[in-house]
Amino acid sequence: MTESANNEDLVMVQTYEIEAGNFTLAGEAASNIKKLLRQLGIDAKIVRKVSIAAYEAELNMVIHSLGGIMRLEITPKEIVLKARDDGPGIEDIELAMQEGYSTATELARELGFGAGMGLPNIKRCSDKLHLQSKLGQGTYLEARFFL
Amino acid sequence: MKINEIIKNIPGKVIAGEEFLDKEVKTAYCGDLLSRVMAHGPQDGIWITVQTHTNIIAVATLVEIACIIVPEDIPIEANTIEKAIEEKIVLISSPLPAFQLAGKLYEIGIGKEQ
Ligand SMILES: Nc1ncnc2c1ncn2[C@@H]1O[C@H](COP(=O)(O)OP(=O)(O)OP(=O)(O)O)[C@@H](O)[C@H]1O
Ligand SMILES: [Mg+2]
Repeated sequence: MTESANNEDLVMVQTYEIEAGNFTLAGEAASNIKKLLRQLGIDAKIVRKVSIAAYEAELNMVIHSLGGIMRLEITPKEIVLKARDDGPGIEDIELAMQEGYSTATELARELGFGAGMGLPNIKRCSDKLHLQSKLGQGTYLEARFFL
Repeated sequence: MKINEIIKNIPGKVIAGEEFLDKEVKTAYCGDLLSRVMAHGPQDGIWITVQTHTNIIAVATLVEIACIIVPEDIPIEANTIEKAIEEKIVLISSPLPAFQLAGKLYEIGIGKEQ
Protein backbone atom coordinates (compact mmCIF):
# COMPACT_ATOMS: atom_id res chain seq x y z
CA MET A 1 0.00 0.00 0.00
CA THR A 2 1.17 3.51 -0.68
CA GLU A 3 0.03 6.72 0.80
CA SER A 4 -1.19 9.32 -1.59
CA ALA A 5 -1.16 13.03 -1.09
CA ASN A 6 -4.55 14.29 -0.06
CA ASN A 7 -6.12 15.57 -3.27
CA GLU A 8 -7.33 18.80 -1.71
CA ASP A 9 -3.80 19.61 -0.65
CA LEU A 10 -2.24 19.01 -4.02
CA VAL A 11 -0.72 22.22 -5.24
CA MET A 12 1.05 20.85 -8.25
CA VAL A 13 1.73 17.61 -10.06
CA GLN A 14 4.33 17.00 -12.74
CA THR A 15 5.10 13.81 -14.59
CA TYR A 16 8.23 12.88 -16.49
CA GLU A 17 8.66 9.97 -18.85
CA ILE A 18 11.95 8.14 -18.34
CA GLU A 19 13.44 6.26 -21.26
CA ALA A 20 15.44 3.12 -20.56
CA GLY A 21 19.06 3.09 -21.71
CA ASN A 22 19.17 6.71 -22.83
CA PHE A 23 22.27 8.01 -21.08
CA THR A 24 22.26 11.26 -23.03
CA LEU A 25 18.87 12.35 -21.73
CA ALA A 26 19.52 10.92 -18.27
CA GLY A 27 19.31 13.56 -15.57
CA GLU A 28 16.99 15.78 -17.59
CA ALA A 29 13.94 15.07 -15.41
CA ALA A 30 15.88 15.72 -12.21
CA SER A 31 17.22 18.99 -13.65
CA ASN A 32 13.71 20.07 -14.58
CA ILE A 33 12.46 19.18 -11.12
CA LYS A 34 15.21 21.26 -9.58
CA LYS A 35 14.37 24.29 -11.74
CA LEU A 36 10.68 23.99 -10.94
CA LEU A 37 11.23 23.75 -7.17
CA ARG A 38 13.54 26.74 -7.31
CA GLN A 39 10.98 28.78 -9.19
CA LEU A 40 8.42 27.89 -6.57
CA GLY A 41 10.71 29.33 -3.92
CA ILE A 42 11.16 26.07 -2.01
CA ASP A 43 13.94 26.12 0.60
CA ALA A 44 17.32 25.57 -1.08
CA LYS A 45 18.30 22.67 1.18
CA ILE A 46 15.13 20.79 0.36
CA VAL A 47 15.53 21.55 -3.34
CA ARG A 48 18.98 19.99 -3.22
CA LYS A 49 17.73 16.86 -1.44
CA VAL A 50 14.78 16.34 -3.78
CA SER A 51 17.00 16.91 -6.81
CA ILE A 52 19.57 14.35 -5.69
CA ALA A 53 16.88 11.77 -4.95
CA ALA A 54 15.16 12.48 -8.27
CA TYR A 55 18.44 12.07 -10.12
CA GLU A 56 19.21 8.72 -8.49
CA ALA A 57 15.69 7.43 -9.09
CA GLU A 58 15.78 8.62 -12.69
CA LEU A 59 19.18 7.05 -13.36
CA ASN A 60 18.07 3.77 -11.81
CA MET A 61 15.20 3.70 -14.27
CA VAL A 62 17.51 4.52 -17.17
CA ILE A 63 20.14 1.95 -16.20
CA HIS A 64 18.25 -0.89 -14.56
CA SER A 65 14.65 -0.75 -15.78
CA LEU A 66 12.63 -0.95 -18.97
CA GLY A 67 11.60 2.65 -18.50
CA GLY A 68 8.84 4.30 -16.53
CA ILE A 69 7.27 7.43 -15.17
CA MET A 70 8.46 9.79 -12.49
CA ARG A 71 5.90 11.94 -10.78
CA LEU A 72 6.40 14.93 -8.53
CA GLU A 73 3.64 16.01 -6.17
CA ILE A 74 3.82 19.21 -4.22
CA THR A 75 1.53 19.99 -1.31
CA PRO A 76 1.81 22.67 1.37
CA LYS A 77 3.30 20.11 3.74
CA GLU A 78 5.52 17.92 1.64
CA ILE A 79 7.05 17.04 -1.68
CA VAL A 80 6.48 13.50 -2.88
CA LEU A 81 8.57 11.85 -5.56
CA LYS A 82 7.12 8.74 -7.17
CA ALA A 83 8.98 6.56 -9.65
CA ARG A 84 7.24 3.64 -11.26
CA ASP A 85 8.80 1.43 -13.91
CA ASP A 86 7.78 -1.44 -16.11
CA GLY A 87 10.26 -3.98 -14.85
CA PRO A 88 12.23 -6.15 -14.52
CA GLY A 89 11.91 -5.52 -10.78
CA ILE A 90 14.33 -5.99 -7.88
CA GLU A 91 14.83 -9.47 -6.49
CA ASP A 92 16.08 -8.56 -3.01
CA ILE A 93 15.24 -5.03 -1.88
CA GLU A 94 17.24 -5.25 1.33
CA LEU A 95 20.34 -6.18 -0.67
CA ALA A 96 19.67 -3.44 -3.23
CA MET A 97 19.51 -0.87 -0.41
CA GLN A 98 23.00 -1.79 0.80
CA GLU A 99 25.79 0.63 -0.01
CA GLY A 100 28.04 -0.83 -2.67
CA TYR A 101 25.60 -3.38 -4.05
CA SER A 102 25.17 -2.98 -7.79
CA THR A 103 24.24 -5.02 -10.82
CA ALA A 104 25.18 -2.21 -13.23
CA THR A 105 26.59 -3.35 -16.57
CA GLU A 106 30.16 -2.81 -17.66
CA LEU A 107 29.01 -0.02 -19.98
CA ALA A 108 27.21 1.81 -17.16
CA ARG A 109 30.25 1.38 -14.90
CA GLU A 110 32.55 2.89 -17.50
CA LEU A 111 30.37 5.98 -17.42
CA GLY A 112 30.74 6.21 -13.65
CA PHE A 113 27.51 4.54 -12.59
CA GLY A 114 27.30 1.45 -10.43
CA ALA A 115 28.82 2.56 -7.13
CA GLY A 116 25.78 1.07 -5.45
CA MET A 117 25.10 4.37 -3.73
CA GLY A 118 21.95 5.55 -5.50
CA LEU A 119 19.32 4.00 -3.28
CA PRO A 120 21.29 4.81 -0.10
CA ASN A 121 21.53 8.42 -1.35
CA ILE A 122 17.75 8.55 -1.82
CA LYS A 123 17.26 7.18 1.66
CA ARG A 124 19.64 9.73 3.17
CA CYS A 125 18.04 12.67 1.35
CA SER A 126 14.40 11.82 2.00
CA ASP A 127 12.35 11.89 5.19
CA LYS A 128 10.49 8.72 4.27
CA LEU A 129 11.26 6.12 1.64
CA HIS A 130 9.03 3.37 0.40
CA LEU A 131 10.32 0.85 -2.13
CA GLN A 132 8.38 -2.06 -3.47
CA SER A 133 9.15 -4.36 -6.32
CA LYS A 134 8.08 -7.54 -7.94
CA LEU A 135 10.26 -9.52 -10.30
CA GLY A 136 8.80 -9.53 -13.78
CA GLN A 137 6.49 -6.62 -12.94
CA GLY A 138 8.40 -3.57 -11.90
CA THR A 139 9.54 -1.28 -9.16
CA TYR A 140 7.74 1.50 -7.33
CA LEU A 141 9.68 4.03 -5.33
CA GLU A 142 8.13 6.75 -3.23
CA ALA A 143 10.21 9.32 -1.40
CA ARG A 144 8.78 12.04 0.84
CA PHE A 145 10.35 15.31 1.82
CA PHE A 146 8.67 17.30 4.58
CA LEU A 147 8.44 21.04 4.09
CA MET B 1 39.24 31.98 -3.63
CA LYS B 2 37.89 32.98 -7.03
CA ILE B 3 38.18 30.47 -9.86
CA ASN B 4 40.19 32.90 -11.99
CA GLU B 5 42.82 33.15 -9.25
CA ILE B 6 42.92 29.40 -8.92
CA ILE B 7 43.51 28.76 -12.60
CA LYS B 8 46.58 30.97 -12.54
CA ASN B 9 48.15 28.22 -10.44
CA ILE B 10 47.33 25.25 -12.64
CA PRO B 11 48.08 24.60 -16.30
CA GLY B 12 44.99 24.18 -18.43
CA LYS B 13 42.33 25.96 -20.41
CA VAL B 14 38.79 27.07 -19.77
CA ILE B 15 36.45 25.15 -22.07
CA ALA B 16 33.14 26.58 -20.86
CA GLY B 17 31.80 29.08 -18.38
CA GLU B 18 34.37 31.80 -19.07
CA GLU B 19 31.96 34.40 -17.70
CA PHE B 20 31.65 32.71 -14.29
CA LEU B 21 35.31 32.72 -13.33
CA ASP B 22 34.70 35.23 -10.56
CA LYS B 23 32.78 32.61 -8.56
CA GLU B 24 34.16 31.90 -5.10
CA VAL B 25 35.11 28.31 -4.23
CA LYS B 26 36.45 26.96 -0.97
CA THR B 27 36.83 23.25 -1.50
CA ALA B 28 37.22 20.50 -4.07
CA TYR B 29 36.43 16.82 -4.55
CA CYS B 30 37.98 14.04 -6.65
CA GLY B 31 35.84 11.16 -7.86
CA ASP B 32 34.60 9.33 -10.92
CA LEU B 33 31.70 7.38 -9.43
CA LEU B 34 28.75 9.65 -9.99
CA SER B 35 26.59 8.63 -7.05
CA ARG B 36 29.53 9.07 -4.68
CA VAL B 37 29.82 12.61 -6.05
CA MET B 38 26.06 13.01 -5.55
CA ALA B 39 26.61 12.08 -1.90
CA HIS B 40 29.82 13.98 -1.16
CA GLY B 41 30.36 16.49 -3.96
CA PRO B 42 31.02 20.00 -2.69
CA GLN B 43 28.37 22.66 -3.05
CA ASP B 44 29.98 25.69 -4.77
CA GLY B 45 33.21 23.71 -5.07
CA ILE B 46 35.50 22.20 -7.69
CA TRP B 47 35.12 18.62 -8.94
CA ILE B 48 38.02 16.77 -10.56
CA THR B 49 36.89 13.84 -12.70
CA VAL B 50 38.01 11.75 -15.68
CA GLN B 51 34.39 11.31 -16.74
CA THR B 52 33.53 13.49 -19.74
CA HIS B 53 30.03 12.50 -20.84
CA THR B 54 27.07 14.89 -20.47
CA ASN B 55 25.90 13.36 -17.23
CA ILE B 56 28.74 15.08 -15.33
CA ILE B 57 26.99 18.38 -16.04
CA ALA B 58 23.72 17.02 -14.65
CA VAL B 59 25.56 15.90 -11.52
CA ALA B 60 27.33 19.24 -11.16
CA THR B 61 24.07 21.14 -11.62
CA LEU B 62 22.20 19.07 -9.05
CA VAL B 63 24.98 19.16 -6.45
CA GLU B 64 25.62 22.83 -7.29
CA ILE B 65 29.27 22.30 -8.12
CA ALA B 66 30.76 25.49 -9.57
CA CYS B 67 33.61 24.09 -11.63
CA ILE B 68 34.69 20.78 -13.16
CA ILE B 69 38.35 20.09 -13.97
CA VAL B 70 39.07 17.23 -16.36
CA PRO B 71 42.66 15.99 -15.96
CA GLU B 72 45.22 14.54 -18.36
CA ASP B 73 43.92 16.48 -21.37
CA ILE B 74 41.16 13.93 -21.77
CA PRO B 75 39.05 15.03 -24.75
CA ILE B 76 35.68 16.38 -23.66
CA GLU B 77 32.60 15.55 -25.70
CA ALA B 78 30.97 18.42 -27.58
CA ASN B 79 27.62 17.63 -25.94
CA THR B 80 29.16 18.05 -22.53
CA ILE B 81 30.65 21.43 -23.42
CA GLU B 82 27.30 22.61 -24.78
CA LYS B 83 25.52 21.47 -21.65
CA ALA B 84 28.11 23.14 -19.40
CA ILE B 85 27.51 26.45 -21.17
CA GLU B 86 23.76 26.00 -20.82
CA GLU B 87 23.97 25.16 -17.12
CA LYS B 88 26.57 27.85 -16.32
CA ILE B 89 29.19 25.38 -15.10
CA VAL B 90 32.87 26.27 -15.49
CA LEU B 91 34.61 23.47 -17.37
CA ILE B 92 38.40 23.31 -17.37
CA SER B 93 40.75 20.93 -19.13
CA SER B 94 44.21 20.40 -17.63
CA PRO B 95 47.20 18.31 -18.69
CA LEU B 96 47.94 17.39 -15.06
CA PRO B 97 46.75 14.10 -13.59
CA ALA B 98 44.08 14.26 -10.84
CA PHE B 99 46.57 13.69 -8.02
CA GLN B 100 48.77 16.61 -9.06
CA LEU B 101 45.76 18.83 -9.63
CA ALA B 102 44.44 18.08 -6.15
CA GLY B 103 47.87 18.72 -4.66
CA LYS B 104 48.19 22.09 -6.38
CA LEU B 105 44.73 23.15 -5.29
CA TYR B 106 45.43 22.10 -1.72
CA GLU B 107 48.73 23.96 -1.74
CA ILE B 108 46.99 27.23 -2.52
CA GLY B 109 44.48 26.67 0.25
CA ILE B 110 41.53 24.97 -1.42
CA GLY B 111 39.88 22.44 0.91
CA LYS B 112 42.17 23.13 3.85
CA GLU B 113 39.51 24.42 6.19
CA GLN B 114 36.55 22.09 6.21
N1 LIG C 1 14.32 0.70 -10.95
C1 LIG C 1 15.06 -0.42 -10.77
N2 LIG C 1 14.76 -1.54 -11.47
C2 LIG C 1 15.49 -2.67 -11.31
N3 LIG C 1 16.53 -2.77 -10.46
C3 LIG C 1 16.86 -1.69 -9.74
C4 LIG C 1 16.16 -0.45 -9.86
N4 LIG C 1 16.71 0.43 -9.02
C5 LIG C 1 17.72 -0.20 -8.40
N5 LIG C 1 17.82 -1.49 -8.82
C6 LIG C 1 18.78 -2.50 -8.34
O1 LIG C 1 19.33 -2.08 -7.12
C7 LIG C 1 20.77 -1.98 -7.22
C8 LIG C 1 21.28 -0.87 -6.34
O2 LIG C 1 20.79 0.39 -6.81
P1 LIG C 1 21.63 1.72 -6.48
O3 LIG C 1 20.96 2.85 -7.12
O4 LIG C 1 21.85 1.79 -5.01
O5 LIG C 1 23.05 1.42 -7.15
P2 LIG C 1 23.44 1.40 -8.70
O6 LIG C 1 22.36 2.03 -9.49
O7 LIG C 1 23.80 0.03 -9.08
O8 LIG C 1 24.74 2.30 -8.71
P3 LIG C 1 24.79 3.90 -8.51
O9 LIG C 1 23.40 4.36 -8.19
O10 LIG C 1 25.72 4.12 -7.39
O11 LIG C 1 25.28 4.46 -9.81
C9 LIG C 1 21.02 -1.82 -8.70
O12 LIG C 1 22.32 -2.22 -9.07
C10 LIG C 1 19.95 -2.73 -9.29
O13 LIG C 1 20.33 -4.08 -9.20
MG1 LIG D 1 21.57 3.88 -8.94
